[in-house]
Amino acid sequence: MTVPYDEALTRFEPVIGLETHVELGTASKMFCGCDTTFGAEPNTHTCPVCLGLPGALPVVNAQAIESTIRIGLALHCDIASWCRFARKNYFYPDMPKNFQTSQYDEPLCTDGYLDVDVTLEDGSTEVVRVPIERVHLEEDTGKSLHVGGATGRIHGASHSLVDYNRAGIPLVEIVTKPVVGTGARPAEVARAYVTELRDVLRGLGVSDVRMEQGSLRCDVNVSLNLPGQPWGTRSETKNVNSLRSVERAVRSEVERQSARLLGGERIVQETRHFSEDTGLSTSGRSKEEATDYRYFPEPDLVPVAPDPAEVERLRAALPDAPSVRRKRLTAELGLSALDSTAMVNAGVLDLVLATVEAGAPAAEARNWWLGPLAQAANARAVEAADLPITPAQVARVVELVADGSLTAGLARQVADGVLAGEGEPDAVVAARGLAVVSDEGALGEAVDAAIAAQPDAAGKVRAGKVQAVGALVGAVMKATRGQADASVVRRLLLERLGAEG
Amino acid sequence: MADLTRLTAVETAAAIAAGDASAVEVTQAHLDRIAAVDGDVHAFLHVDTEGALAQAARVDAGELTGPLAGVPLAMKDVVVTKGVPTTVGSRMLEGWRPPYDATISTRLRDAGVVVLGKTNMDEFAMGSSTEHSAYGPTSNPWDLTRIPGGSGGGSAAAVAAYEAPLAVGTDTGGSIRQPASVTGTVGVKPTYGGVSRYGLVAFSSSLDQAGPCARTVLDAALLHEAMAGHDPADSTSIDAPVPPVVEAARRASVQGLRVAVVQELTGEGYEPGVQERFDEAVALLTELGATVTQVSCPHFAYALPAYYLIAPSEASSNLARFDSVRYGLRVGDDGQRSLEEVMSATRAAGFGPEVKRRIVLGTYALSSGYYDAYYGQAQKVRTLITRDFTAAFEQADVLVSPASPGVAFPLGAKLDDPLAMYRQDLATIPSNLYGGPAMSLPVGLSEGLPVGLQVMAPTMRDDLLYAVGGALEAALHDRWGGSLLASAPELEVPGA
Repeated sequence: MTVPYDEALTRFEPVIGLETHVELGTASKMFCGCDTTFGAEPNTHTCPVCLGLPGALPVVNAQAIESTIRIGLALHCDIASWCRFARKNYFYPDMPKNFQTSQYDEPLCTDGYLDVDVTLEDGSTEVVRVPIERVHLEEDTGKSLHVGGATGRIHGASHSLVDYNRAGIPLVEIVTKPVVGTGARPAEVARAYVTELRDVLRGLGVSDVRMEQGSLRCDVNVSLNLPGQPWGTRSETKNVNSLRSVERAVRSEVERQSARLLGGERIVQETRHFSEDTGLSTSGRSKEEATDYRYFPEPDLVPVAPDPAEVERLRAALPDAPSVRRKRLTAELGLSALDSTAMVNAGVLDLVLATVEAGAPAAEARNWWLGPLAQAANARAVEAADLPITPAQVARVVELVADGSLTAGLARQVADGVLAGEGEPDAVVAARGLAVVSDEGALGEAVDAAIAAQPDAAGKVRAGKVQAVGALVGAVMKATRGQADASVVRRLLLERLGAEG
Repeated sequence: MADLTRLTAVETAAAIAAGDASAVEVTQAHLDRIAAVDGDVHAFLHVDTEGALAQAARVDAGELTGPLAGVPLAMKDVVVTKGVPTTVGSRMLEGWRPPYDATISTRLRDAGVVVLGKTNMDEFAMGSSTEHSAYGPTSNPWDLTRIPGGSGGGSAAAVAAYEAPLAVGTDTGGSIRQPASVTGTVGVKPTYGGVSRYGLVAFSSSLDQAGPCARTVLDAALLHEAMAGHDPADSTSIDAPVPPVVEAARRASVQGLRVAVVQELTGEGYEPGVQERFDEAVALLTELGATVTQVSCPHFAYALPAYYLIAPSEASSNLARFDSVRYGLRVGDDGQRSLEEVMSATRAAGFGPEVKRRIVLGTYALSSGYYDAYYGQAQKVRTLITRDFTAAFEQADVLVSPASPGVAFPLGAKLDDPLAMYRQDLATIPSNLYGGPAMSLPVGLSEGLPVGLQVMAPTMRDDLLYAVGGALEAALHDRWGGSLLASAPELEVPGA
C-alpha cells in the first residue's frame, strides 16, 4: 500500500530534522598540515597524524575554529566560551584511529536559527524559521570503496580499498532542532533549508559546498504523528546528496511511514540509505542495537576558548545574509520580480548575483545561468550550483567575449571545457586553441572558398541583396570551426563582393 | 682509558670532548658490554649497532656537538624511531619500522646522543615488572631472579647494568620511577607537558610523560634538558622555558628548603626496610639544612582506583587503532573471514592478557550508563588529588615519600595477582594524576636490594627535584664512599 504525500499529510503531522555535514575549505586538514584539495591520487595527502600512526598527535587548525564560529554567528548561535573535543569510539577501516575526534556535549555553537523562504502553491513565499540545535567541528573519515559486490556496499564485496586523503578534513556538523509545524510542506521546507544553508555557507566563503563532491552532505530525520498525539518514532535517512534528493527523501519517507502507520504497523527507529537512482530509501542498521560510542573528552587536545573580543570582531565582519544580499542586489541591478522568480526557481539567483559581483553585466550573467548552464545542469541532473564552474569563471568568459577574444560560440566551448574539468577559462582557451581568428590573411582563403562554393549567394550579394551574405558567413565560420571573428568575416565578404554593409 | 662503560654521562662527554676517547670507541665499548651481559639481563629488544656507530662517527667528525654529544643512550621501545623497529613490547607491532621520528628522537639525535637500541618494557607500558613484555622479561642486574620494575624495566636495567649511561623512559603511573627505585638508579617523570609526547605510542594521553633514567642526578638533568621544551606538534606541550634543572643539579642544595613527608604515602603497605631507609634519608635532609614537616593529602587514598579507571579508559581508545588495517600484525586474513573477524582475530592474538584486561576495564568504564559512575567519578577524584597537592605546596616546597612500597620482588611473584602488581605504583600515581614532576633516587639497601626515595614538586618546578636529589646524592655518596650501584654484584661476563 502506498499513500500519496499530499494525502498522508492530511492525516499526519510531520516532524523533520536535518543534520548537515560541511567540509570546510581550509588549506590544510583539521589536525595536521596535509593538503585538502579534492580529487588527488588516493593516499597522497596523508601523514602520520591523519593516518593515525602510533605516537602521532593532533594539533587544532585555528582557521577551522574560526570558520565554525563564523557559521555559528551567521546562524544566530551562542558561541561557547570554553569547549572541548571528544572522542567518538567505533571501529571502521576508513577511520584511522578507530575513533573520530568530534565534539559531544560541548559544541562550539548552540541554539540558533535560520529563516528560509518557502514558495507556496500560489507562487508567494512564506518565511519559516528553522531552529538550530548546534554547530560543531569534527574530522572527516577516509573513503571506502567496496569492490566486487553488486551494491557497492560492504555486504557481498570481495575486497575494499580505502583512500585516506579525506581523513582529517575539517567537517562542520549543523544540526537542527526538531522542525514542527511544516504542515503540508515538510519536504519543501527541508529543501529550502538546505538551499538557504548552502547559500549562507557559500556567502561566508568557508566551503565550496559542492553536494556532488560530498563537501555538503545531509542526513534527514522524519517522523509522523496523529494531530494532538506525541511525536512518532523517527527514521534517519543518510547520505542525501542533492537538493532534489533532500526533498525526495522526506517525501518518500512520509509516504512510507504513513503507509505503515495506516496499515497498523509501527515505525522502527533505524538508519536508512537513500538511493539517488530510485529516490527511495532502504533499511540500514537498526538504532535499537545502536553502537555505544563511549564519548569522552579528547585528552590529546587542549580546550578551545574563543576570545570574546575576537568573536565580536568576526560577528561585525560577517557578510550580509543571502536573503538581504539578494534583495539589495536585485534592487541595485533593477531585476524585475519576474526575473528574480525565474532565477529563484532555477536555483541560480545567487549564482547570477555572484557572477555580477565578479564583474559581468547582469544581462550576460542571467543569460548564462538561465541558458547554457541551466541546460548543462539538467543534462547532468545536478543543481546549477553544483556544476563544476564558478561565478568568477563565468564572469571571465563574459569578459573574454566582451574584449573580442572569444565569439559567442567559442565562449560556449570554453564553458564546456571548464565544465569538463580542463581548468580555468584562459587555460581552456590556450589548450583548445580557441582564440578568435581575426587575421584577414588567414581568413582570406576561407572567404574565397565560400564565395567559390556558393556562386548563387555570392551573386545575390553582388546584386545588392546584402542579407544573403549570412549563408556565406556561416560557411566560413563552419570552415574555421567557429574560431573566426564573424564581423571580420562579414566585412571581408562584402568587400570582395563589392557590396556595402 | 679505564672501562668506558663505568663513566657517567658527564664524564663520557668530557672524555670525548677532550679527545681521551672517541665517540665510536665509547659506543663500541657499550655495544660490547651489551653483547656480554644482555643475554642475562635482556634489557634490549633491538640493538641498532649500525645506526649507533654511524651517529658516533658524526660526533667524531664534529658534525654534532653539545653537552651530551657522543653519549650512548638506551631508548624505551615506546618511543617511535624512524626506520628502527618499535614494538612497544607487543606482538601487535612486531617488525614495524616507523616512517617518522618522535620529537624526542629527533632532539636527542641532533644533540649528538647515540641511541644504542630499544629497551624492553611491559606491553604498551602496562605493568610494574616488565614481565608483561611479549618478548620475555628483563632481569634486575642486582639479582637476575628478580624484576627490574616496570613498565620501563629495560631502560632502568640497561643503566644499572652499565649497558648505557643514560636511558629514556616513559611514566604514566610510575614506569620511570618504580624501576629506578628497584634498580638503584635515578629516574625522573618531568612535569606533564614538559617533554613532547609526539611519537610516544600512547597508553594514557593525559598521564604519559617521557623522562630521563641515569646513574646520577646530574646525568639525569642533562638528559632532561636535552629532551624538554615546547613542541608545536603536541598541543599539550607547555610553551614556557625549561626549568633550570642542570643548574639545580649542580647547586645540589636543600638549605632552607621546606620538605614535607606525605603521611598517606608511608607506614602501612610499605616494607619495613624501605620505611627505614626512607626515614634515614629524611633525617639526612634535615642535617643538610632542610625544614622537614608532615603533610596530609587525604585523597591520595583514592589515587590508585581513580588511575585504574582513567588510564584504562584512555588506553581502550588509544589502542583501538591496532586493527591490522594499516600496519602491524594481521591474523586470519584468508580471504574468507570478514573484516570484523580479521580485526577481532588480530586483536585477540596481538594483545597480551594485561593489555586485554585494561582495554576491557576502560571500555566498561566509558560505557553509556557507567560513564558517570566510573570515568566521571575518577575525574572528580583527580581534581581532589590536584587540590591536595596545591594545598600541600602551600606548606612545603617539595613532598617526599618512598618511591615504591617494596624492593625488587622475584620474577613471577605477582603475575597471578594483578591488584598486588598495581599496588607497586601506590606512591607514584598521585603525581601523574596531578601533572607535577617527581624523581626517584637511591637512598640505600634493604635485604641487599635498592630502595628509592621519591621527591615531588609543583608543576614546572622540576628544578626542585634536582636540587633535592643532588644534595641527597652527594651526602649519601660521601657516606657510602661511592655510588650505591658500585656495591651491586658484578654480572658475569663470559670469557672475562
